[in-house]
Amino acid sequence: MKIIACIKQVPDSEAKVKAEGGQVSWGDAPLVINPFDEYAVEGALQQKEALGGTVTVLCVGGESAKDALKHALAMGADDAVLVSDAALTDLDTVGAARVLAAAINKIGGADMVIFGRQTLDNGAGLTPAQTARIIGWPMLGLAGQIKVDGGSVTVERVLEEGRQTVSAKMPVVLSVVQSIGEPRYPSFMGIRKASKATIPVWSLADISVAAPAPVITRSELINPPSEETAVEMITGDSPTEIADKLADKILAEKVL
Amino acid sequence: MKTFVYIDHFKGEVQPASWEAIGLAKKYGTAVALVFGADADEITKAAFEYGADEVIVVDDPALTDYRAEPYASTLSALASSSTPDLILFPTTARTRELAAMSAVDLSTGVLTDVTGFEVNGDQMIATRPIYEGKLLEKTVCSGKPVMATIRGRIFPKPAREAGKTGTLTKGEAKTEALSTVAGYSASESAVNLGDAAVIVSGGRGVSNNPALTPPAGLDEKQAEVWRAQQGFALITELATLLGGAVGASRAAVDGGYITYAHQVGQTGKVVTPDLYIACGISGAIQHLVGMRNAKVIVAINKDADAPVFKQAKYGVVGDLFAIVPALTEAMKKKMGK
Repeated sequence: MKIIACIKQVPDSEAKVKAEGGQVSWGDAPLVINPFDEYAVEGALQQKEALGGTVTVLCVGGESAKDALKHALAMGADDAVLVSDAALTDLDTVGAARVLAAAINKIGGADMVIFGRQTLDNGAGLTPAQTARIIGWPMLGLAGQIKVDGGSVTVERVLEEGRQTVSAKMPVVLSVVQSIGEPRYPSFMGIRKASKATIPVWSLADISVAAPAPVITRSELINPPSEETAVEMITGDSPTEIADKLADKILAEKVL
Repeated sequence: MKTFVYIDHFKGEVQPASWEAIGLAKKYGTAVALVFGADADEITKAAFEYGADEVIVVDDPALTDYRAEPYASTLSALASSSTPDLILFPTTARTRELAAMSAVDLSTGVLTDVTGFEVNGDQMIATRPIYEGKLLEKTVCSGKPVMATIRGRIFPKPAREAGKTGTLTKGEAKTEALSTVAGYSASESAVNLGDAAVIVSGGRGVSNNPALTPPAGLDEKQAEVWRAQQGFALITELATLLGGAVGASRAAVDGGYITYAHQVGQTGKVVTPDLYIACGISGAIQHLVGMRNAKVIVAINKDADAPVFKQAKYGVVGDLFAIVPALTEAMKKKMGK
């Protein structure tokens, strides 16, 4: 079983993200592996454990993204590839999917390519399906459970309404959700192995793809209006009295 | 301007933001609703009544179950032949996938989770939250058609006009499928926070009721979860009375008190209810970002300095185990239930 897990590096979720001079600033918060992608790596490792094979982690990003790849190696992935190129400045999701598809080809394909459901930064959640469309493989999105039987993969998709069981023949592209299982912590041995790993860096020329021109562009970045409101504290001598006053306030808002 | 509006439905239930998308489309010209799948008569009728000028129905056995590939190919073919300026979708698990794929086919892009939309001459500008709502961006799409998935409960829902009709067209299905659907099970609790008009949420504080004695034989952690479940029972009672959904903070989900589907904010969900009642939630940044678009926020917390009070319109410093049941009783009386 050959598995590729696609990851991205993003500012830590605890970061105080702000717009500064038209740019996104996250202060001195660290860059980390996109938390949703940790589930992709976890899902990939589970399949490797069940069926044998290898897990390759693939990332498009700057030099710093090697740290995110090393996190995945420390979790137990076998090898890692970074696609990095000065021409990759304004990637939209389709552009990222084109670059990933080319890198997947260069790796030599796979039985399964696994993504997290979305990234913490852009949050569009489009790249997995766009990668599948570009390489022409079936898309099994939002999988909460993965089962391989012979040449097919069956997943339980977690939708708004419930769970849908869907199967397809490999190779497939998957995206996974949290119910796949909590991502394992890197082991001590894993961290040691990852720290010594040399991660190959491929340019766009290496994967034979031109820098995709973005179709989606940002025209303005806005800090959401601060909505600190003057709170009206409801007080009283007993819970019943407080609840009575609060109920009147809620009903007066006419939101029910 | 001609807009396709994709009507997202599952097992006969339409995602309500589909109707909101028709309303938005009508603001700029013609709304052509797309209804894919079998037995679409009721949905087609509703689409006209919500204001669609035209409905294109693609009724084919291959489209009975939603599957990304044939749905995307069908949409791409329709868009290629009738060249809309814009394609709108409600934001759902299905439409993210479908729009993503169709955008590849049509060499265009998708603006997801749109919370603001304006047309300026030839240009359509969409506002959308990024970084989990910590920032907003205005984005433009240089491809044609522009594709956008709108967030629910942001754009006004058009009034339904019974009996209204329009042009009904049959579309052709593209049937090549790469997957098979074997089954479906409804979610155990069917949590849909995105559509909820009222949300009552619980945080770490729901496990803090020392007055409760857990059943014998539980270890410390099990006792904590047991306590929390009693707390969530009070929250559920209030939510049910108000016709709302039960939400939770990350701390409550991480503590194992309630399933992830209930989580508001951060790696969970951004919600836009009319009324949000936060119980025993101190207000981590991610949670505040997830809930601050609610119209009216009520916070109940023991700690008067909890950050949640800075976002709230009404606050109560007190014990949620006393206040929440009292509020349920008071609301019952005043609502005549």
